[in-house]
Amino acid sequence: MKLIFEKSREGIGCSILPDCDVPVCSLSDGQKRQEAWKLPQIAEVDISRHYKELVKRVHGVNDGFYPLGSCTMKYNPQVNEEMAKLPGFTGIHPLQPADTVQGCLSVIKELETDLCEITGMDGMTMQPAAGAHGEFTGLLLIKAYLQAKGETKRTKIIVPDSAHGTNPASASMAGFDIVNIPSNEEGCVDLEALRAAVGEDTAGLMLTNPNTVGIFDKNILDITSIIHEAGGLCYYDGANLNAIMGIVRPGDMGFDVIHLNLHKTFSTPHGGGGPGAGAVGCKEFLKPFLPDDYVVETESGLAMVTPEQTIGRVKEFYGNFLVVVKALAYVKTLGKEGIPEASSNAVLNANYMRVCLKDTYDMAYEGICMHEFVMTLEKLHHDKDVSALDVAKMLLDNGIHPPTMYFPLIVHEALMVEPTETESKETLDHAVEVFKKIYATAMENPEILHQCPMTTPVGRLDEVRAARNPVLKYE
Amino acid sequence: MGSYVPSTADERKQMLNAVGLSSMDDLYSDVPSNVKLDSLNLPSGKSELTVAAEMEELADKNVVFKSIFRGAGSYNHYIPAIVKSVTSKEEFLTAYTPYQAEVSQGILQSIFEYQTMICELTGMDVSNASVYDGASAAAEAVAMCKDRKRTKALISATAHPHVIQTVQTYCMGAGTECIVVPAKDGKTDMEALGSLLEDKGVACVYVQQPNFYGQMEDCDGVSALAHDKGAKFIMGCNPIALAIMKTPKECGADIAVGEGQPLGMPMAFGGPYLGFMAATKAMMRKLPGRIVGETVDVHGERAFVLTLQAREQHIRREKASSNICSNQALCALTASVYMTAMGKEGMQEAATQCLSKAHYLADQLTSIDGVDLVYTGEYFHEFVTTCPVDKEVLLKELEKEGILGGYPIEEGILWCTTEKNTKAQIDALVSAVRRVVK
Repeated sequence: MKLIFEKSREGIGCSILPDCDVPVCSLSDGQKRQEAWKLPQIAEVDISRHYKELVKRVHGVNDGFYPLGSCTMKYNPQVNEEMAKLPGFTGIHPLQPADTVQGCLSVIKELETDLCEITGMDGMTMQPAAGAHGEFTGLLLIKAYLQAKGETKRTKIIVPDSAHGTNPASASMAGFDIVNIPSNEEGCVDLEALRAAVGEDTAGLMLTNPNTVGIFDKNILDITSIIHEAGGLCYYDGANLNAIMGIVRPGDMGFDVIHLNLHKTFSTPHGGGGPGAGAVGCKEFLKPFLPDDYVVETESGLAMVTPEQTIGRVKEFYGNFLVVVKALAYVKTLGKEGIPEASSNAVLNANYMRVCLKDTYDMAYEGICMHEFVMTLEKLHHDKDVSALDVAKMLLDNGIHPPTMYFPLIVHEALMVEPTETESKETLDHAVEVFKKIYATAMENPEILHQCPMTTPVGRLDEVRAARNPVLKYE
Repeated sequence: MGSYVPSTADERKQMLNAVGLSSMDDLYSDVPSNVKLDSLNLPSGKSELTVAAEMEELADKNVVFKSIFRGAGSYNHYIPAIVKSVTSKEEFLTAYTPYQAEVSQGILQSIFEYQTMICELTGMDVSNASVYDGASAAAEAVAMCKDRKRTKALISATAHPHVIQTVQTYCMGAGTECIVVPAKDGKTDMEALGSLLEDKGVACVYVQQPNFYGQMEDCDGVSALAHDKGAKFIMGCNPIALAIMKTPKECGADIAVGEGQPLGMPMAFGGPYLGFMAATKAMMRKLPGRIVGETVDVHGERAFVLTLQAREQHIRREKASSNICSNQALCALTASVYMTAMGKEGMQEAATQCLSKAHYLADQLTSIDGVDLVYTGEYFHEFVTTCPVDKEVLLKELEKEGILGGYPIEEGILWCTTEKNTKAQIDALVSAVRRVVK
């Protein structure tokens, strides 16, 4: 389809602003823009149709099943969206006096209190804008704490080889050296390898539990004590919290600092890539290091303060506030019963799909999984030249968004399936049927899979061309 | 009350049977029993009606000002209705990052169009798909400039305080020395900048245009000074001002960044906003985050895809150019629809009205005894005045009249106007100030 620039016609546009009602000024010649530029010139009706045409070329959660592993693509309730559009939230300037923003501060404080209860933490900041941003913030808390204690030789962060790519990238941005440790045969932390890796230079460990292969590491208490005994801190990557909310808390498992992806676990939408929100929680001893503008209760109501030994600020203002509004509406709706119910149903759905598929596809790991499971298509690839990518592309032709592909890196030809709790048995049964049909096709006529997708707005893309000869804007 | 779980008790039982378990608890047999939770200490779930009522009650506890003269990093611009309607579309709202290009062309194309518009606006060669906000964009830009030999960053004291603080935090993490260039008369002290640049370890200089005080900086001068010493110039820009002011390209900037909130995002107590980032072609492969590129599909049709991914965390892990994964895609879409609805002329008109109204307000305010401009240089839509009475007292009095006055800072009050401030509003503000000051 045409780009919006290609629909532009000289002399067309929308009428948005009234005439200027004060004397008109201009910048001095030395500061004036001379360079020519262009924006599309389009009537409102055609803007509306352009974006309508674009959304027809997008698969959202409302379009169908979206079992994208590690991304928790649950349904995004409408009431949350409506709450985030209230003028009492959208029309508030972030630098208004505290007594005029008590509602906003309450939203932040209430959600902090609720999420601390859910995670077993003592304090939380809503400032980070996304999961990776939260990781960076949490690691800086560890860094600042160790520096305050004079433990400047603790420069290493241990990361399992199954970790999300953001973990080592965030640790590196926070100035740590990364120690990768291999996972054991069950996909979990190898305790011997961990013991061998810790020492006087250990700053901490970054872990997600359940881990990226969808398994709850039953040695979790041993893992966190090995780190603590070595003098390090334990960081919990909350990307997979949707498996265990209301069942077990990171704080009780021995974690000192965590981030949550409000845009995964707490049902706020991903927006095609963002905005998210990466709330960071910590234990009491780390609270003095939290980012600037921490909400506290005072005699005259809620107020923002600078924590004594703050790491500083990781963002303007107080975070993606409207995302925080949506998450609070969600927590209020679920409440103490609904939260564990969401998690246990997410786990049930994943296990049901796993069991239905395990005689057809090879599972990377045996046994009960948590909210997601990982299949390995190595054998299919070897025998029939059908890759994880090929299966993913045939799923597209069946109206199903594919699982996460080729992650975690420790599993070959991986497909990581996360159904979430907001899918019915009927949807899961249908998906299972589709997966089985694809497998049968792969056995009988593998060539068909290489041609998929055939029903999508475009066919497979030439990614090499895009990278070799980058065309990154319309000219 | 609800968990949005669509299965019946009977279906759950069937699923449990299929898995070979008898209860939901059995799903968690790997969880050590001594840390298993009995129950959460939270209220019970509530109905949609009750939740909506409670949230509305919270929103009602805030004061929504009709007349706003405060900017300082968040600006009260008009948002065309079409912007809100497009960005509310569920497909845009609920999709994930466009990993599966064949079913994500709508998002990919919208980002490609956004990248084009940001390049047009800034004059730069290449834009990424967005970062969190203007402050993190500045911090990421600093990281792009650092290398083995050049490990120090200069940032002007006239930048937004939150931008300075964010850059400092990122520098603390990366072990980059961050030096604040002093201000002189509300602008970057060029002499001080010159001597700081004598240090060959300086990687880059960040200057904001217009700066925190609304003053127009000599960005040509900054650029020349930096480049003369082999350092990079990062220019922070107000995107509305860019419609009429000299672009980063014209000033010779290596990287242009800025807070995109004025491009159609509500003030919303500080977020979500948009960090835009564009660079010269030479720095393309150092840009952080997602970038969308054009290619063709198997049928030879034009199509779009996430590209240059070898920079990114999911491939490079600890060696990535940044850890960023989620960005602000929906805000980038918002900015695109805003720029399209406004058009070039509309944006120029908005910028000119911002500028004109600020000058009208400044003229009126400074006709009051004791109210004077603190900085006398050229300004865009913000300026600082002295205040002959206690600033807080004045601002409280204005609040009583439904006016959110300027932002109190050490030097006085930082006022701001946008195209939304009518002459009548401005006149009402000035009379109110006159009354209080008397």
